[in-house]
Amino acid sequence: MTLRRAGRLVLGLACLLAPLLLAGCNRDDAIPWQLTNVTGHMPDLDFHLVDDQGKQVTGQDYHGKVVLLYFGYTHCPDVCPLTLAHLHVVMQRLGPLADGARILFVSVDPARDTPEVMHAYVNAFDPRAVGLTGSPREIEALSKRYRSAFTREPDDANGQYEVSHSSAIYIFDRNGNARLLSTPDRSLDDLVHDLHLLLSLGNPA
Amino acid sequence: MSARRAGLAVVLMVALLAGRAEATEAAHVIPSHAWIRVLPGDLPAGAYVVLENQGNQPATLRAASSPAYAEAMLHRSSTENGVSRMAMVDDLAIPAHGKVELSPGGYHLMLMKARTAVRPGDKVRLQLRFDDGSTLEVDFLARPANATGDTP
Ligand SMILES: [Cu+2]
Repeated sequence: MTLRRAGRLVLGLACLLAPLLLAGCNRDDAIPWQLTNVTGHMPDLDFHLVDDQGKQVTGQDYHGKVVLLYFGYTHCPDVCPLTLAHLHVVMQRLGPLADGARILFVSVDPARDTPEVMHAYVNAFDPRAVGLTGSPREIEALSKRYRSAFTREPDDANGQYEVSHSSAIYIFDRNGNARLLSTPDRSLDDLVHDLHLLLSLGNPA
Repeated sequence: MSARRAGLAVVLMVALLAGRAEATEAAHVIPSHAWIRVLPGDLPAGAYVVLENQGNQPATLRAASSPAYAEAMLHRSSTENGVSRMAMVDDLAIPAHGKVELSPGGYHLMLMKARTAVRPGDKVRLQLRFDDGSTLEVDFLARPANATGDTP
């Protein structure tokens, strides 16, 4: 971390804590986010899906955690593993703070991604990753909610297919409010920096 | 085909028949940092390698195969306008005295249907096939799903 970075982090932490102490400091203007700030511009976390243990879950179930939402599929051998491996590095760099975060990997290929397949897949990356699958309608609804899209590409000769999907990572605070958007061009430093700030916000009242 | 071209072809064939291996594309390509990202179950895996062409002629990678997998395909991932996609590519040219990197998020070999389970730490042999039909045997190191950075 550079000195300038460290300085910004301290400033950010001060601004996060300031409202508690002084009831001052305008949060959204003062927090030096590195990623794209989407606070107030994207809907909160809401879905009805099935987790990788086969349990019905909703967005509410992840309140109290900072959530990193990413769309992908397990038959994606390159980009999805790269993204999840990067998120694992980010979680490791966050240290014990990472326990306050969850990576929600939402399948855009529910036909092949059963909870069992998802379970083995996400756990190969990080213990704080959760695989979510469900009905095509629910998945499409969640994808549309964040203005993202996915497309099943034509089958090859063996009946295999790829799915084009959003590359973004949507980040929610502990109250389920959409806060930040990360894209593949952003550095892991940016993610660590912003998640550190977001996780330092403390538990919801 | 011009007379000169035909002549060249004959010279080339004679060279090949004479066992002049150094005349092939594969003979000039030096592989390094070869690894496979192993995913659970029978999910397809991505394979990566740096290919350096020390020859005076371009070399073109056409295909790959492995005794360990039923299928291997040359692919390219790309991200445009916020959408990630993956597509098959026919070939990949390595310029003379240049190199290309098959690396996560870009060109890669997609390996499908492992014949027996491949585990992190295993060495997996792949055969890379070039435009002129020449081949290069490369050992790839199997690494865990969440591997990042360079091969150790
Ligand atoms: Cu691929």
